[in-house]
Amino acid sequence: MIAEVARTTRLRGNRARNLLPSKTLGASVVLIILVPLFGVFAGGFLSPHNLVNIALQSSILLLIALPMTLVILTEGLDLSSGALLSLCGVVLALLLVAGYSIPLATLAAMAVGLLFGILNGFCVANLGMPPFVVTLGTLGMAQGLALALADGNAVSGLGPEIEAFSAFRFFGLPVLVLIAIAAYGIFHVVLYRTTFGRYVIAVGGNAEALRLSGVSVRLVHGAVYAISGATAGFAALCMIARTNAGHPTIALGMEFDAIAAVVLGGTSFERGNGWLFGTVLGVLAIGVLRNGLNLIGVDTSLQLVAIGALVIAVLLVERLASDRSASA
Amino acid sequence: MTETTQTSAFRTFRGDTGAPLDPELRSIIARFVVLAVLCAGVALLNENFLSVANFTNVLRQASLLFLIAAGATLVIIAGAIDLSVGAILTLSACVAAGVIHATGSSGLGIATALAIGVSAGLANGILVAGLRLPPFLVTYGMLWILSGGALYYMGGIPITGFPREFRFLGSGFLLGIPVPILIMIAIALAGSVVLHMTMVGQQIVMMGANRAAATLAGIPVRRNLICVYVASGACAGLAAVVALGRVNSADPGMGDPLLLPSIAAILVGGTSLFGGTGTLLGTALGALLLTIVLNAMNLLTIGSAWQPFATGIVLVGAMLADAFLNRRRS
Repeated sequence: MIAEVARTTRLRGNRARNLLPSKTLGASVVLIILVPLFGVFAGGFLSPHNLVNIALQSSILLLIALPMTLVILTEGLDLSSGALLSLCGVVLALLLVAGYSIPLATLAAMAVGLLFGILNGFCVANLGMPPFVVTLGTLGMAQGLALALADGNAVSGLGPEIEAFSAFRFFGLPVLVLIAIAAYGIFHVVLYRTTFGRYVIAVGGNAEALRLSGVSVRLVHGAVYAISGATAGFAALCMIARTNAGHPTIALGMEFDAIAAVVLGGTSFERGNGWLFGTVLGVLAIGVLRNGLNLIGVDTSLQLVAIGALVIAVLLVERLASDRSASA
Repeated sequence: MTETTQTSAFRTFRGDTGAPLDPELRSIIARFVVLAVLCAGVALLNENFLSVANFTNVLRQASLLFLIAAGATLVIIAGAIDLSVGAILTLSACVAAGVIHATGSSGLGIATALAIGVSAGLANGILVAGLRLPPFLVTYGMLWILSGGALYYMGGIPITGFPREFRFLGSGFLLGIPVPILIMIAIALAGSVVLHMTMVGQQIVMMGANRAAATLAGIPVRRNLICVYVASGACAGLAAVVALGRVNSADPGMGDPLLLPSIAAILVGGTSLFGGTGTLLGTALGALLLTIVLNAMNLLTIGSAWQPFATGIVLVGAMLADAFLNRRRS
């Protein structure tokens, strides 16, 4: 059984090192088609200002999509992360207004996210509840709490420190992009270079073998949701830095963009097949799609339709491909 | 011989055969008890709660929630999930409102709402059953497609004011009873009959309990799955007509706040998320319980922002209670 785990995880590890796995081309294809298309038809798409804009937008989405990749690797889903991001943003903003320092307020926001994440993880891993319903429940709780705490309005007047933070640049790269790159690095190392990461992959790939080899599957499984919650708390700092206010509904629906990015990036809901860098490509694809459609003047409502259709299309292509390889 | 049969029949009648009570019956009774305790508690806190006007209002609200949740209950019993019901309601209501304003025909509006509900359900069913895609992801993607479509269709302007005969279904009275409550009773009865007394109903329960065994037993699993999704879409379309009649206005955000309560109502009603067990009567009681909680919050002047929070707590609480009770029993 231990050999079985080792074999599965080694297999996944190899796939991870493989830079372009054959089945995970969705996001790359979307990018290759969209970038030239928008470059020609969407005025100003390739201007430096707009590219920075896309990078800023994508960096916040990436912070939600990275832990979502781990969650989806365990054959789960975290619908609460958008609402959690909003809630943590409100908490962070309220603390900043009350005069607390940025690191302290961020830690508090992360603690709030972590608490919700632990609740999610406990219900999913220890009680065996379906993740999409558990996280739908915590979505409601977080959203209600955010609205109640902020009294329905945006919390603003956060002081000059947060403005200085968001204006910080290093070699021309905005601080949010740096944070996103660092976050990718951390998640990459955790997923592919640590025992915990291998266990995460094995929870979706072969949980039974993992259990028989003496690993606490529940702990690993629950920890994934806790990480998702805490990261949403940290992402709140980036959101605050970008908007300079804590708005209780700002990130509603962001979990959908994150899920779409992960699916586009080639992480599958079955058997723990995933690719972390694919998520980066997926996030960029979603960012480019939204930005380009905005520039062309396509309504936000139709962007939702486009992304929803894209997700179902990717699932369809995957299903058809796996059917073909099964019958071949 | 005759004597012993009689005694055992008599014992069964009295319910003390030693055999446990039918679990579904027991769960329904438990829900009635919780409901009674809740009502008594709220009535003590606020004397307006038991007034006829308030209670009619609660029942009306619960009936709308039940209509959305009824079809989704069947989907969950069959072992799948439908996260798109709120969005189906939104799109059905918005397009139906547009059709009524363009043509002036109430019948055409109702037909539009039902047709959109049925087609959205059919699309879900084909994607999940026909193409074997994961149900939560398909219906979640559909949620955004439909609500995006509704947003686009409305262009940011709500449509208000509908003919009196159209509003009858949502706000009319028949023999002194509000029509939505009658619709709720009719759907609950019809659905229960289908679920418990027909072949298809038993097949749906079986496929939820054990999909592989159901397939091996020759049950048309895919066809039945498509049927429950269509039923769910149709219920959401009907709920759209009731909602339009009630609030007399269509806006692209009307279905969003209904998804969470509808799933909560189903769970509180005792339907297992893993499929195979559940009743429509339970969902009706769940909808009533949840509505009473939200109504009590209103009466006690707790801000409306706390409503999704409370609904989330009820949902997660119901799951926790379920998990612990099941663990203790087994």
